[in-house]
Amino acid sequence: MKPARDKRPVIVETQNLAMHFGGVRAVDQVDFTLFDKELRCLIGPNGAGKSTFFKCLTGQLVPSAGKVIIRDGETTGFEPHEIASLGVGIKTQVPNVFDGLTVDENIWLSARRWHAAKRARAVVAETIERLQLGDIRREMVGRLAHGQRQWVELGMVVAAEPWLVLLDEPAAGMTHDETARTADLIKEINTQAALIVVEHDMQFIRMISKQVTVFHEGRVLMEDTMDAISKDKRAREVYLGNRA
Amino acid sequence: MTGGNTGMRPVLIFALIGTVFMFGAPYVLQLFTIINLTTAIALAVLALSLALVWGFGGILCFGQVAFFGLGAYAYTMGAINFGGSTWAILVAILVSSAFAAILGYFVFFGRVSDVYLGVITLTVTLIFFSLIRRTSGPEFKIGIAQIGGFNGVTSPPLNLPWDTSSFLFPEQVFYVAMAALILCYVFCGWLMNTHFGRVCVGIRENELRAELLGYDSRLYKLGIFTISAGIAAIGGVLFCNGVGRITPDVFNLYNAALTIIWVIVGGRGTLIGPIAATFGLFYLTSALGGQSTLNNNLVLGVILIFFVLLVPKGVAPTITDWVARRRRPRKASRRARRTMRRDEGSNA
Repeated sequence: MKPARDKRPVIVETQNLAMHFGGVRAVDQVDFTLFDKELRCLIGPNGAGKSTFFKCLTGQLVPSAGKVIIRDGETTGFEPHEIASLGVGIKTQVPNVFDGLTVDENIWLSARRWHAAKRARAVVAETIERLQLGDIRREMVGRLAHGQRQWVELGMVVAAEPWLVLLDEPAAGMTHDETARTADLIKEINTQAALIVVEHDMQFIRMISKQVTVFHEGRVLMEDTMDAISKDKRAREVYLGNRA
Repeated sequence: MTGGNTGMRPVLIFALIGTVFMFGAPYVLQLFTIINLTTAIALAVLALSLALVWGFGGILCFGQVAFFGLGAYAYTMGAINFGGSTWAILVAILVSSAFAAILGYFVFFGRVSDVYLGVITLTVTLIFFSLIRRTSGPEFKIGIAQIGGFNGVTSPPLNLPWDTSSFLFPEQVFYVAMAALILCYVFCGWLMNTHFGRVCVGIRENELRAELLGYDSRLYKLGIFTISAGIAAIGGVLFCNGVGRITPDVFNLYNAALTIIWVIVGGRGTLIGPIAATFGLFYLTSALGGQSTLNNNLVLGVILIFFVLLVPKGVAPTITDWVARRRRPRKASRRARRTMRRDEGSNA
């Protein structure tokens, strides 16, 4: 690890984190650190434990053992709303949006959580401008295409102006064009906040990644840059195969 | 379910229509009809409270009549003990809300899922039914008020605030009931436009997303559940005033199910729909009561099945959708014509 990076404060840390489902060790003894303003991708084959690890960070799952520390406080066993209330923006794998409400209302509910009424309306307008959702702002989110729903969810994350963003497969089901825009948005968010991005799409990871953590069978296999990982023999074996 | 932030305008329009009706009806209708209408209004307040908690909060409370009946009993017991109705009304609202808050605390903070919540609330209602039916003896009393078992107890009429000697006449009770309905309706409409109300609708749409935005869904659910119980209690106070007595039958399965039917027929996600459906079905059952060819419950059952299968959204949302569909193409074509005219103008 480069010493320059170590000077930045650690904002997410897990110690010996484990999540067991019956006899299955979905996440096992994971020690993980994320520095301030870092952009980190989590990759790994299906069932490697990325999403389970993600859910332990967001409070959707209570880990079987170990600790999660966000900023300076331990958050193991926190409810999702408690994690979010720390100023953490979260996007889940399956789009979680308010289907029966308009795009406007979806983003307003996020902005209003942090701002008074007047400022919230301004934030909604800014967010809609920034994510180019103007044409569909009065549409019911349930009627939108999958990619647009993903963007509405990203809009909700952005509108909360978080300092830490957790994204689970943000580019899933998006067209090539949308994926490129998402990559740009993630880089833009990264100027203000640290990110953890769980992703499958290698193309997408190459667009955004600096540091990548590879999961395999519930453990961290290695942690390095994307280039180094694609050259690494073990990583190629478990995940990249012939695709890289 | 539709709905969300629709603004206050439709609410105020319906409130205005209600106010006109309130002052006009006694000039047109006979006293007997007015007395009957007071009971219907009380039930409409009950329907409104379920429309709030189920239609907007997404909480299927199968035992809304429990809070309604509890309010009616608390009012009656209070009014007999205090010798006046003013404090009794407050006591009724407080008892019902407090009971809902306690029940809701265990249910929501225990993360009981939707279906079980319906079962629990219905069970609580039926427990009240059995419990109060068994309080016939003179030893069952609260203060000086006998609970009265399955015969129920006579409810003292409303009096002017803090003037226990001047009781209200049935016509005046009608005014009070109608005013209460309109105020509760406007209050609910206002509430659904506040930050709190909009978060509640968000939780109905997607509880996990609301949590991931940093809202504690349990608190919001508990809030709307408690508020709706308070409104149901107001309905209960009006009901025992309209009927003149309160019996444990208010807690029975028939009434619990009837409340659900009103909201299904009227439409979830609206406030005016369930109110209108209550009046409609109340008068339908009254009319059916006058004949013996058709069984009352059979007709209600057929109506319920008809709505669930063919008008699943309920009356009010179906009408709104229909109007919106008719308006939209016309608006669009008007806009197109305008653009065309502008283009022609620029050519010339």
